Amino acid sequence: MSVLVFIDQTEGKIKKSSYEAATYAADTAKLLGTHAEAIVIGDSTEDLSALGQYGIQKVYHCAGADVSHLDAQVYARIVSECCTQHGATVVVFSANTSGKAIAPRVSVRLKAGLVVGAIALPETSNGFVVKKSVFSGKAFAHVAINTAVKVIAVNPNAYTITKTEGTATVESLSNSGSAGKINVVAVNKVTGEIPLSEAELVVSGGRGLKGPENWGLVTELASLLGAATACSRPVADVHWRPHHEHVGQTGLAIAPNLYIAIGISGAIQHLAGVNRSKTIVVINKDPEAPFFKAADYGIVGDAFEVVPKIITALKKLKGIS
Amino acid sequence: MKILVCISKTPDTTAKIAFTDNNTKFAGDGVQWIINPYDEWYSLVRAIELKEADPSTIIHLIHAGTADSDPIIRKALALGGDEAIRIDADSQDSYYIATQIAKVAQEGGYDLIFTGKETIDYNGSSIGAMIAETLDLPFISHAVKFDLSGSTATVTREIEGGEEVDQAPLPLVVSCQKGMAEMRIPGMKGIMGARTKPLKVVTPAEVDTLTSVVSFDLPPAKSGVKLISPETPEELVILLSEEAKVI
Repeated sequence: MSVLVFIDQTEGKIKKSSYEAATYAADTAKLLGTHAEAIVIGDSTEDLSALGQYGIQKVYHCAGADVSHLDAQVYARIVSECCTQHGATVVVFSANTSGKAIAPRVSVRLKAGLVVGAIALPETSNGFVVKKSVFSGKAFAHVAINTAVKVIAVNPNAYTITKTEGTATVESLSNSGSAGKINVVAVNKVTGEIPLSEAELVVSGGRGLKGPENWGLVTELASLLGAATACSRPVADVHWRPHHEHVGQTGLAIAPNLYIAIGISGAIQHLAGVNRSKTIVVINKDPEAPFFKAADYGIVGDAFEVVPKIITALKKLKGIS
Repeated sequence: MKILVCISKTPDTTAKIAFTDNNTKFAGDGVQWIINPYDEWYSLVRAIELKEADPSTIIHLIHAGTADSDPIIRKALALGGDEAIRIDADSQDSYYIATQIAKVAQEGGYDLIFTGKETIDYNGSSIGAMIAETLDLPFISHAVKFDLSGSTATVTREIEGGEEVDQAPLPLVVSCQKGMAEMRIPGMKGIMGARTKPLKVVTPAEVDTLTSVVSFDLPPAKSGVKLISPETPEELVILLSEEAKVI
């Protein structure tokens, strides 16, 4: 018996959400009185033994050209075979784009019950129950997994990484099956920006900013904080900002530590995408803006006057004149 | 070319989220039900566009649900699609639903199966990948662009911090999100036509359920907003640093 976690990489580097998943797996293993192992697919630039610092005892590494990019069909087969061979009873993923493509396939292969979007460790006092986010963050469901093997995908930014001492043993694994059917012809990364789904701090702008020419306020505040930038749906719809910045019900759902909303009224569809944020700051001219009801801190005022003062104060705090 | 579009029923995006029966069931009374936006705006509309480009294309819609779902299936048919199949089953277990759909899909011999990237109620994001695994097909998730050339699909999908362009042979399963197509509203001709399009009801197969919802709960209400004067917004920086400890 063990807990197996799938470690997702981008360009050979482990994603932050995978460290969260590794910690979740290690803590689940503790809960079940067993140990946690990890599987990494694709070439890596990392020292994989360092996964021991996140509570992982052993890492299975499947490298090579035929697994150099994500093909869910191939990856799911490799993960499932590893799970069966080493007797894992729980398989953990991050609920990021890769995890959402692979985990359901593993669930079918192993006929193992699946929960996508877990936000807390399983409850094992009566069965095996996982709390997950539903209705786009507006509610939670407690879902019982009723099979011997369980598959869990943990929401990004929902579980805190713990890092201690430790070294994992690394064992290589070969891909016994055929290569996949999907060819990657291009990868277009938005370079130099923090991926929104993984960002701990997010600064977001809405229609209240009046036009794309005023976005300097948002980007300056964001770069000072080391935050990612986001926007509301109307802003993306009129192309003031790119679509991948749209957070809300039909855009991206995020859960950063800090979400600063500037000139966003807080329609229910927008709140659905951001209400899992730990601290919410709302800056809006309209005291009746519904967003204030969901906020921790609020400033009723003109963003064009308020935000520059915040920027100055931040520079002072950080010792930048 | 045959396309199968998976349609799910969800509460309207503005619906009040509440639960009944000791917090074990969504309080659906009085709620307006809609086609899951990802299924409607992106996957169904993109399928319709493919049919407009090649009129020999056949689009089937598939839904798992009770007869209560018929109005939203008719609405989907009003947008487009040649016929609909309703699997007369209701479950919150994604394995159960995906296996039911896969069985119908297998018999139908589809070249392309579209789903939304997730439903806005249970946020499972699982059905497409599960259908693909059951039928041993390749699967591309979070697609924002889809083009066909012969029997090869070129799909742009979202990845963390960017986009990736993939090529894959048909048959293929794709989950769709914003960017695939623009929202449409059914016209009078579509609405009239939808009334006579076939809506086939099939009995569910014997399939195991692997998970069950024990209960629901709502997040605790925020304790209330702390307002800071617009004259002294620098106080916010102090509060975020010293009280909330987030910067």
